[in-house]
Amino acid sequence: MKNIKLIVGLFTVVIVGIILFNCSGSGESASAEDAAKRTYVKPGSYDEFYAFMSGGFNGQLSVYGLPSGRMFKNISVFSQNPETGYGYSEETKGMLMTSYGFIPWDDAHHPVLSKTNGEQDGRWIFINGNNTPRVARIDLSTFETAEIIEIPNSAGNHGSPFLTENTEYVVASTRFSLPIPNKDVPIASYKENFKGTVSFISVDNKSGDMNLAFQILVPGLNYDLAHAGKGPSHGWAFFTSYNSEQANALLEINASQNDKDFIAAVNWKKAEEYVKAGKAQKVSAEYYNNLYNEETHSAESKKLNDVLVLDPKNCPGMIYYIPTPKSPHGVDVDPSGEYIVAGGKLSTVIPVHSYEKMITAIEEKKFDGEFGGIPILKYDAVVAGEVENPGLGPLHTEFDGNGYAYTSAFLSSEIVKWKIGTWEVVDRIPTYYSIGHLMIPGGDSRKPSGKYVVALNKITKDRYLPTGPELTQSAQLYDISGDKMQLLLDFPTIGEPHYAQAIPADLLMKNSKKIYPIENNKNKYAVHGEKDARVERNGNEVHVYISATRSHFKPDNIEGVRVGDKVYWHVTNLEQDWDIPHGFTVKGLNNSELLVMPGQTKTIVWTPTKAGIYPFYCTDFCSALHQEMQGYVRVSDAGSSVKLSFN
Amino acid sequence: MLEVLLNCLSINKEVIPGEKMKNLSKWLMITAAVILLGAFLFPIWNIDLRAPQYPEGLGLRIWVNQITGQKEGDLNLINNLNHYIGMKTIHPESIPELKVMPYLIVIFSVMGIAFGLFNRKWLKIFWLALLLLVLSYGLYDYYLWGYDYGHNLDPRAPIRIPGMTYQPPLLGTKQLLNMNAKSVPSIGTYIITLSILLAAASTYLSFKKEKRIDGI
Repeated sequence: MKNIKLIVGLFTVVIVGIILFNCSGSGESASAEDAAKRTYVKPGSYDEFYAFMSGGFNGQLSVYGLPSGRMFKNISVFSQNPETGYGYSEETKGMLMTSYGFIPWDDAHHPVLSKTNGEQDGRWIFINGNNTPRVARIDLSTFETAEIIEIPNSAGNHGSPFLTENTEYVVASTRFSLPIPNKDVPIASYKENFKGTVSFISVDNKSGDMNLAFQILVPGLNYDLAHAGKGPSHGWAFFTSYNSEQANALLEINASQNDKDFIAAVNWKKAEEYVKAGKAQKVSAEYYNNLYNEETHSAESKKLNDVLVLDPKNCPGMIYYIPTPKSPHGVDVDPSGEYIVAGGKLSTVIPVHSYEKMITAIEEKKFDGEFGGIPILKYDAVVAGEVENPGLGPLHTEFDGNGYAYTSAFLSSEIVKWKIGTWEVVDRIPTYYSIGHLMIPGGDSRKPSGKYVVALNKITKDRYLPTGPELTQSAQLYDISGDKMQLLLDFPTIGEPHYAQAIPADLLMKNSKKIYPIENNKNKYAVHGEKDARVERNGNEVHVYISATRSHFKPDNIEGVRVGDKVYWHVTNLEQDWDIPHGFTVKGLNNSELLVMPGQTKTIVWTPTKAGIYPFYCTDFCSALHQEMQGYVRVSDAGSSVKLSFN
Repeated sequence: MLEVLLNCLSINKEVIPGEKMKNLSKWLMITAAVILLGAFLFPIWNIDLRAPQYPEGLGLRIWVNQITGQKEGDLNLINNLNHYIGMKTIHPESIPELKVMPYLIVIFSVMGIAFGLFNRKWLKIFWLALLLLVLSYGLYDYYLWGYDYGHNLDPRAPIRIPGMTYQPPLLGTKQLLNMNAKSVPSIGTYIITLSILLAAASTYLSFKKEKRIDGI
């Protein structure tokens, strides 16, 4: 009897052992049940992290929860959004003004959360517009775009918007070099005429207001990505570049010839000194700075006309080139601030540079010639180590804060985990498919939350139910809390997320606004109560000051509008209740609808073209009597004698 | 009850000599009168409304001199929601009771301090009785307001349910359509209660003292 018990006991141990081995030993996915448990956020509970994923070609920024992968919001940034009226309403059109006029779209790549002492502080998130070079700042109490600044003397604002340790500066670099100032020259005169810039946009510590502090003129290369130093390397910023061949055609071949390209190391504290010392030249350049005022609920667009430019020729010690293998893409600084990791996308190793060695090399003048007047440091004098066998096509690296780095490898479609200091690969796990960026919450900061890594994949193929030729983009969540990475979850994303960042939920939740206090609404066209609701004519402009509250508009019958009039609907939501927006549209509105938050005023312009009766209604199901929330406008022929009236 | 209270105050009447007890009784009364002013610092009554759409809560706070929301904007919100059932809007500035109550509190407090200094047991009984009378009337008055709001409804309201009225309960909970209304005294009322208990204790001690003197 005792023996039988023993045998059963042993048998159980073996079975349990096999199950456990299968769960964790495969190095791939956790068992379905286990993974489900670890990503399940039960109804009514909250996710542990907010994740912000760039929308890429949709120009927006979307908000997700981790570990569930549920999407909460798509923040309108660089693209018009007819759901809310962003970029259509009179108040928000100004956000999308540039020196090229009104631009309804951009390509948004890299969201970066604001930092204090190198740690996330949850105040703002910045994101770049790639095509018409811009940087946006999003307020994390409203989750709305607060400011957009255009960057002159730039093209392809890809290496942006990476932040210095205390959000002193947003840095930016030009992917495409071009004549500066731009002019009409033969394209083949690239080497002679084309230049790049790296820009430093200062951020006001209180208000967050951005201001283009200065630019540095750099040789004509393709500047790709960037990161600022932290800790000991605070005061420096690093920019990758490729095309040291300076090709201007068929770059895939012509820019892939040299063994090494460059990381530009910029001593921005020194640059600040040069600016102070008057070494910067004031260059004329047209660009816009659009600031959203939360009290007037309106954008204020400001055109600027010049920028301070530093030429490295006049500023010794401000910038150096670090040779780096094969067209480096990402450049990432580890939490200690000592190591600078480059993702040489065609390289067979991941080179890791040492900040300390770089400083010594500069002091000891260990130079290997110069490029366009900028000293090139000796590779061996700066490199700390090389990660061997890091996968094919290494792109980006993030850190877990426990001494490990995680690099995405696009071609071999995997995440490679390696140890800082020994440069040994300790684990690898496939991604489905072709990972671009990867993201650990706080993984670019001094204090990462090394619990998950998210893979942002470029190719989806067979991972989800097919939806015709255009498929969803795929994100994947991996647990990295143990020795072995484990795949927990696939979740679809919208647009094309390039980079993403995540932050512990409690840092943002407590600051999230519920309403806009109506008494602070300083919009010129706001109504502060139904008694203020009215309609006024000014020539052929008709201004409708209309209030919305459950479940009626005031006024809701308007007569005396004529064909040829320009009708301004100034809609104020008088509600002061959480999550009670009202929508507004009118039949034949050749413009977007409006979605107005409690306490907010938005204006949409309507130009009726035919006489008749036009109903308008609330588009957001606001209340039990939402279907009753409607009104009529009577439009008469031009020259009609129907008097303007309303109730 | 009073025995317990006195024990809590670690008063052992057996060992307190007459003079000391007299002092104690005086200071209890003065404290009671001063504490009464604390009713200004907190609401006296809470009406909490719970509905599926309001997980964050919604409610009214009735103070001696004002009516506010449980959180900012609640009063407006409740007024707005109430138009569906045709209930009148609540305008604290037009409720006379809110102007009278602060004076009453101050008068009772001043009177209480004076009576404490005189430390005459009949004065204290008079004070207690008058206060209880005023409070009872207040509660009745509050009921009348609730009755008026709950019954005098706009006949053209969108939601009209024959026989349905919306008077909040005086004390306790009641389901009013999708809203569960809970009406309970708040800290202000507890402060007034404490003041009454202290005044009663003071009066009780005055009686004890006399008995003792009689006994000697």
